[in-house]
Amino acid sequence: MWVRSTMAYRTSFLIMTLGNLLATGLDFVAIALMFTHIGQLGGFTLDEVAFLYGTTSVAFGLADLTLGSMGRLGRRVRDGTMDTLLVRPVPILAQVAADRFALRRLGRITQGAVLLGWSLSRLDIDWTVDRALLMPVMLLSGGAIFGALFVLGGAFQFWAKDASEVQNAFTFGGTTLLEYPPTVFGKELLRGVTFVIPLAFVNWLPALYILGRPDPLGLPARIGFAAPLVACGCCAVAGLAWRAGLRAYQSTGS
Amino acid sequence: MRLYAAVAVSGFKRYATYRVATVAGVFTNTVFGFILAYTYTALWDERPHLGGYDLAQALTFVWLGQALLAAVGLLGGGFEEELQERIRSGDIAVDLYRPVDLQTWWLAAELGRALFQLLGRGVVPMAVGALVFELRMPASPLTWLWFLLSVALAVCVGFAVRYVVSLASFWLLDGTGLSMLSGLLCLFFSGMILPLNVFPGQLGEIARALPWAAMLQVPADVFLEEHRGAGLLAAFVFQAGWMVVLLAAGRVLQSVATRKVVVQGG
Repeated sequence: MWVRSTMAYRTSFLIMTLGNLLATGLDFVAIALMFTHIGQLGGFTLDEVAFLYGTTSVAFGLADLTLGSMGRLGRRVRDGTMDTLLVRPVPILAQVAADRFALRRLGRITQGAVLLGWSLSRLDIDWTVDRALLMPVMLLSGGAIFGALFVLGGAFQFWAKDASEVQNAFTFGGTTLLEYPPTVFGKELLRGVTFVIPLAFVNWLPALYILGRPDPLGLPARIGFAAPLVACGCCAVAGLAWRAGLRAYQSTGS
Repeated sequence: MRLYAAVAVSGFKRYATYRVATVAGVFTNTVFGFILAYTYTALWDERPHLGGYDLAQALTFVWLGQALLAAVGLLGGGFEEELQERIRSGDIAVDLYRPVDLQTWWLAAELGRALFQLLGRGVVPMAVGALVFELRMPASPLTWLWFLLSVALAVCVGFAVRYVVSLASFWLLDGTGLSMLSGLLCLFFSGMILPLNVFPGQLGEIARALPWAAMLQVPADVFLEEHRGAGLLAAFVFQAGWMVVLLAAGRVLQSVATRKVVVQGG
């Protein structure tokens, strides 16, 4: 339904998709501009940063495409329209996900995929079987980790009601963080996103293995292979939080 | 005039009621501030005095960006979505019958909102940044005054840009796409992702001449005391010039749109 409704405003849809495609790349342009002044950032070349950027963008794009509407949940809780979802015989999570589903979000995945392809064509990677396997695994589990964050953020809205900004700090903030090499950041921050909120498993740790670089925290090289496990863990936590949130939901009462 | 003052006050109060949202916003700005501050440190380590800034100035730029993000509306937000929704639903017809000027009304509300966001979402991230990193604070107390003036102009330019974008909804019906595009352009060309003086060659010159430069780059340079004397005056003229041009453009667009609405409404 939302796909058709978007198509009703065809000009707007075209502008949106094109705009999304071009403009989501602007932050990569900014990174490329940085590299007009420097050869390496944190010891990483532009090609390697493009690899990090592309993998984050695709993973985030996957999560945003399916669950990006979670940010809107706070408004539904505030104005009481959440109730409509509760009485329908469809899983609530599916309804919230489909709410204002926007095809234009494909723009980000496309942009990420293009950059990823570009970086792969320039990087000289030693393609062993496990590295080739790790690529799709990394993208999918990365998407799942971001997706779990979206759901966690949504569950948090049942209590906080209008704090979608906190969610932005982890999702959009997370992508910004993962676009840059881990060596740029302080050790405390790295520990935080490895062990507390496991963002590092979205792309950093698998990508370091693929690129054949050591982890700045000194973790074993093959730790990246734990990404699917971490993703499952995140989804389990998010699922529990979502159910607790639904149970805590009180309508506006008006 | 009293009416518009009242609108501005209600704009302030309206955003002041969303306390959780404000705290959440402060949190987000702080997180982003840290991420950018780390990357800038790596960048300035490789190339000290990049774009004429030393590291302390570059880090100050980062935190100023976070402090002004909500107030100047660098990511959009504020009145934009509401105005577009009113245009889409047709409620705008009611607004046009009211004996107030539409543009001034929304500008007044926006100024009230901006003042709250500057206090609510600007001060804390800046203070956190100043505690953790070594920032460059103004040497002269007068600079604070100039900075506030420059921020006020930046808010007006930001409003004017988004007003024009919102009015495009009259023709596009669903303006979310355009707003998003304008928001992303704004992030890039305001200097939010990378200061404009780091942009190379021709691109840098163009970027510094565009209205978005008036929204972050200029106020930040005023704060960093990069503009002095005549240069300071030129900076204000640059901001005020874009403000006047864009507000006028909004006005023209508004009157064209109004005529269109009357025709449609019969």
